[in-house]
Amino acid sequence: MEELANGLSKIGNAFAAVAIVLAILLIVFFLASRAKGRAQGPIAGVVFLGPAVLLLIYGLVVPAVRTTAGSFQDASGKNFVGLANFGWIFTAPGNSTFLINTVLWIIIAPVLSTALGLTLALLLDRMKRESISKSLIFMPMAISFVGAGIIWGLVYEYRDPAQPQVGLLSQVAMWLGFDNPPNWLLWQPFNNFLLMIIMIWIQVGFAMVVLSAAIKAIPSDVIEASELDGATGWKQFSKVTIPMIRGTLIVVLTTIMIAVLKIFDIVRTMTNGNFGTQVVANEMYAQSFVAFDVGRGSALAVVLFLGVTPIIIYNVIQLRKERSVR
Amino acid sequence: MSVEAHEFVSLPSNLPEETIPEAARRRLSSPWASFVVIVITVLWTIPTLGLLITSIRPKEEAQNTGWWTFFTDPTATLSNYSEVLTGGSVIPGGITPYFFNSIAIAIPATVFALVIACMAAYALAWIPFKGSTVIFFAIFALQVVPLQMALLPLLQMFNKGWSLGPIPIFPDLNKAGSAQSLFAGTYIPLWIAHTMFALPIAIFLLHNFIGQLPRELMEAARVDGASHFLIFRKLILPLSVPAIASFAIFEFLWVWNDLLVALTFAGGTPDVAPVTAYLANIKGTYGAQLHLITAGAFIAIVIPLIVFFALQRFFVRGLLAGSVKG
Amino acid sequence: MSASMRRRGAALLVGGVAASMLLAACGGSSSSSESTAAASAAPAASVAAGCEAYAAYGTFDGAKVSVFTSILPPEQQKFEDAWKQFETCTGIDIVYEGSDQFEAQLPTRIAGGNAPDIAFIPQPGLLAKLVQAGGPVAAPQSVVDNVDKYWNPAWKNYGTVDGTFYAAPLGSNMKSFVWYSPKKFAEWGITVPTTWDELFAASDKIAKAGVKPWCGGIESGGATGWPATDWLEQIVLRQSGGDVYDKWVSHEITFQSPEITKAMDTLAAWMKNPAYVNGGFGDVKTIATTAFQDAGGPILKGDCAMLQQASFYANFWENFKPGTTIAEDGDVYAFYLPAIDDAVAPNPVVGGGEFVTAFADRPEVAAAQTFLSSAEFATAKAALGTWVSANSGVPLDTYANPIDKLSAQYLTDPNGTFRFDASDLMPAAVGAGAEWKEMTAWFAEDKPTKDVLAAIDAAWPAS
Repeated sequence: MEELANGLSKIGNAFAAVAIVLAILLIVFFLASRAKGRAQGPIAGVVFLGPAVLLLIYGLVVPAVRTTAGSFQDASGKNFVGLANFGWIFTAPGNSTFLINTVLWIIIAPVLSTALGLTLALLLDRMKRESISKSLIFMPMAISFVGAGIIWGLVYEYRDPAQPQVGLLSQVAMWLGFDNPPNWLLWQPFNNFLLMIIMIWIQVGFAMVVLSAAIKAIPSDVIEASELDGATGWKQFSKVTIPMIRGTLIVVLTTIMIAVLKIFDIVRTMTNGNFGTQVVANEMYAQSFVAFDVGRGSALAVVLFLGVTPIIIYNVIQLRKERSVR
Repeated sequence: MSVEAHEFVSLPSNLPEETIPEAARRRLSSPWASFVVIVITVLWTIPTLGLLITSIRPKEEAQNTGWWTFFTDPTATLSNYSEVLTGGSVIPGGITPYFFNSIAIAIPATVFALVIACMAAYALAWIPFKGSTVIFFAIFALQVVPLQMALLPLLQMFNKGWSLGPIPIFPDLNKAGSAQSLFAGTYIPLWIAHTMFALPIAIFLLHNFIGQLPRELMEAARVDGASHFLIFRKLILPLSVPAIASFAIFEFLWVWNDLLVALTFAGGTPDVAPVTAYLANIKGTYGAQLHLITAGAFIAIVIPLIVFFALQRFFVRGLLAGSVKG
Repeated sequence: MSASMRRRGAALLVGGVAASMLLAACGGSSSSSESTAAASAAPAASVAAGCEAYAAYGTFDGAKVSVFTSILPPEQQKFEDAWKQFETCTGIDIVYEGSDQFEAQLPTRIAGGNAPDIAFIPQPGLLAKLVQAGGPVAAPQSVVDNVDKYWNPAWKNYGTVDGTFYAAPLGSNMKSFVWYSPKKFAEWGITVPTTWDELFAASDKIAKAGVKPWCGGIESGGATGWPATDWLEQIVLRQSGGDVYDKWVSHEITFQSPEITKAMDTLAAWMKNPAYVNGGFGDVKTIATTAFQDAGGPILKGDCAMLQQASFYANFWENFKPGTTIAEDGDVYAFYLPAIDDAVAPNPVVGGGEFVTAFADRPEVAAAQTFLSSAEFATAKAALGTWVSANSGVPLDTYANPIDKLSAQYLTDPNGTFRFDASDLMPAAVGAGAEWKEMTAWFAEDKPTKDVLAAIDAAWPAS
C-alpha cells in the first residue's frame, strides 16, 4: 500500500511538472502575443524556436564539438596527439573486424528490413484482416534491448546435443535431422548475421507500417490508369508502385541505417563484441566506458559521425528537391 | 534505442479520400498472400511466445528444458510473476516501485519533447525568416551524434554548471556548501536529457507534417489577424494530433526502454530507477534465474504494448496525414 | 573480474537483527574528523539502549550517506541488515545503490560532478585511475587505525595510491578453490588431491571413467572472460611465485614473457584439453559461451567432476538444485587448488575484494567509513553468511558456512603466499578490456597463444 501511495505521488509530481511547464508556456505565449507590428514575427520566432535551439546546443552540439576535440587527444584527454587515434582505428591489428562488421551491418540489416517490410506491406494490402498481423509484426519494436537479449538468448542458446536442448534454433535443427548443430553465437562469420536477424526482427514492423501507409496513399486513379494500360503484377509494382513510394523508401532505409550504425545494445547484450562480432558503436562504448580511453572513444564517435554524414547529405539533397517541388 | 531514429515520412496531406476501391482490393486479395503473411507473423511472434511461456513455467523446468516442451508437459505457475511483482525469497524487493518510476519518467519526457518539437516545427515551417532552411537541415543532421558521447558533458552541466572562460553559460546549481545539485533526487535532468536527445527526430517528423498543412488555412487566419500563438494553439495543435500521437508512441517506447540515460542522470536506487534497471539487476545477479528474468521482462513490455495498441489507430493516421479512414 | 563480486544468487539468511547482538562493545577508535563534526556526540549517559557501542561515532540526525556498488540484491539486504543498528544509533541514513554498470557509471558520475559519498570498488586498478583523475579523498585517521589493526599490510597496500591511503578493504574472496561432488569422488574412488600432480592424475582417472573431469564457463555479459584470467593468475602464482606475479601486475614482466607463456601452456593443457573439458556442455569452445553462473550445474548431475571457482560460488548451488548441501560429506564441496612448487610459492592464494572509497569528507561519511572498516561491522556481516572478510578481528567461529571458514583461514594465513587478483590490479584497458577479450578469443576461436599475449601487451596504456 505504501508502495502504491509512493508510486502514485511520483506520478502526481510528474503530471504537476508537465502542468507547470505548460502553464509557463501559456504565460509566455500570452505575453509574446501582445507584441504588435513588426516585432511580432521575430518575437514569435524566438519563442517558438528558442527552447529547441538552446536544448540542442547544450545537449548535442556542444558534446559533438567536445567529442571531436577529444578525438585528437590521448587516453586521459589532456595531451594533443594529432591523428594517432584515427591511425589506431584503421591500422591496429584486429580492428578490421569491427570496421568490416559495421559495413556489413549498415548494408545488410537496413536493406533486408526494408525489403521484407515492403513485401509484407504489399501482401497486407491484399489481405482482409491485416491488423492482427500488423500488430504482431510491429510488436518487437516495443521491446527493450534487455528484453530482446533475453528473448533471443532463448533462441540461440547452445547445449551439448546429448543434453536436453534449451535453444529453439538448435532444437529445430535437430528436428530437421542435424545431429550436431553449431554453437550459434560462435559460428563465424554467420554469427554476425544471427545478430542482424535480431535487428531485422525489430525493424521490419517499422518499415512495414510506414511503407504500407505509403502504398495505401497512392491515388487510386494512378493505379486504375496503369491497369487500363495493361500493367499488372510485377510491371505495375516496378513501374508504378515503387516510383510512387520512392521518397518513403529512402527515408525508411536511411532511418534504419542510422539506427544500425549507432546500435551497440544488441551486440553488447548478445556477445559483448566477442567471437568476431564487434561493431564500431560497441567498441566506442568499450573504449569510453570500460577502458576509459577518452581519445580512442571520441575518435570512434567521430568515425560514426563521418559514417552517417554521407547518408545525411544524400537525404538533405532529396529533401531540398522535394521542397523545391512544393 | 531501437526507436530513436525513426522518423516519419512526409506524405501529401491532400490525398483523395478513397484509395484503392474495395472491389479492386477484393480482387487483389489472394489466399497465397494471406498464407505468406501468416507464416511471417508466426515466425515473428515465436521468440516472444518463448518468453511468455518461459515466464509461466516453474524454475526447474524453465532452466533445464526448452520452452516448447511446455506443450507436451504443461505445468504452469504464476508464482514467478508474484515473486517479481512483490519480491520473494530470492529478490527482496519487487518491480512495483520501478514501474511507477518508469511512468513518472516517460510521461513528462514525452510531453516536453513533443511540445518543444511542435513549436520549433511550426516556427521552421510557417514563420518565414532567413536561415530557417539551414537550421532545419542542421537539426536533421544532429541525429549523427551518438548520445553516449553526450552523457558526460550534460552531467557536468547539471552538476557543476558551465562557463566559457569567465562567462557563465549555464549556472552552477549546487546548493551553497554542499556537493549536491539542486536537481539531486529529481527527474528534472533526466527529462531534459531525454527531451534533448529526442528533438532532432521529433522536429523532423513534425515539420514534415505541419509544413504540409494547407497554406490557405494559415493565410486566412493571418488575414483575420490571428497571432502565431493563436494559430499554433487553435489550428496547428488540433490538426496535428495524428502526427503527435505517432511520435508520442516512439518517444514513449524509447524512454521506457532506456537504461543508460536513466542510470546516468537519475541513478539506480529503487526510488528513482526505471524498470529496465530492475531487469538489468536481476539479470546481473541471477544468471540462472531464467523464470524470474522472463517474468520481469514480460511485465516490462506490457505498458509499451498497451500504449502501442491504444495509439496505433492514430499512428497509422498520422502517417497517412488523415487521408485514410481510421 | 569485478563481476564475481556482484553475482551472488543465494537464499537470504534470516536474522539481521540477531547479527547486531554479536557486536562487541568496542566502537572503533575515535576519529579526529568526528571532533569537527557539526553534530556533537551525545553524552554517554543519554545513549539509547543497544547503542553503547556506537557512541564513539557520534550522532548525525538526518544525515545521508550514499553508497554505490556493484553488489546487487540479495547481498544488498545483508549489508543493510549489518549496518542497521549503526543507522539507528547514529541517525545516518545509508542509501544503497547497486548497479551492474558500476564500472562504467562510477567514473562518469565522478567526472560529471555527481559522485557518490562512498563506493565499494573491487578493482585497485580502478581506484588508482580515479585518484589520478581526482575524486577520492584520503581515508581519515580512524580508518587508517582500523586497517593497521585488523588487516595484513598487503591489503592496506591495495588501498594505497602514491603513498596515500584511500580505501579500506571490505569483503574478500578466496579464489583458489576447486568445487567437486564428494559423492561422485567416492564413486570414482578418488581422494581429494593435495598436490598439483595428484590433481591431474585424478583428472586422468575420471576421464578414463568416461566423464569429462572439468567444466568451466567464462560468459559474463559485459565482463565475459574474467574467469579465464583467474585461471591464468592461479597458475602464474603457483608456477613462478609472488615476485614474478607482482612484476607481471606492474608490467615489468610482459604477457609475452617466458613465465606467462609457460603459464598459458599449462592452462592450455588443463582447461583447453579436449579430454578434460567441457563436462556437460560440449567441446572446449563452449567454455566461451557458457555463463559462469551455469558452469557448475553438471557437477550435481555427474556430467562433470570439478570446477575451479571462487568461494562465492557457494551461493550458486541452491540455484541448480534446491536443498543442495555444501559440506565435506554433502552434495558439493570445495578443496584448495594445490600448490605447484612449495619452494616457489608456499600455500599460494589468489583473492579479490572490494575497497571502501570515499568521495566526500563530511563527518558522517567519515563515520560510516570508520564503521565499515571496523571488526564489529565485518563480524556482523559475516554472521549473515556467505561472506568473508580478511579482517582479522572477525572470530573464525563467526563463519557458519564451512567454505567461508576455510576461505577466512587461507586469507588470513600468515605463512601463505597471498596475491590480489592481477587483472583487477592492472589498468582497466588491460584488466577489464584486452585480457578478457583475448582470453575469450583464445577459448572461442582458438586464437594462437602468441597472438593473444601480444595483443594484450599492445593494449597496455603508454602512460
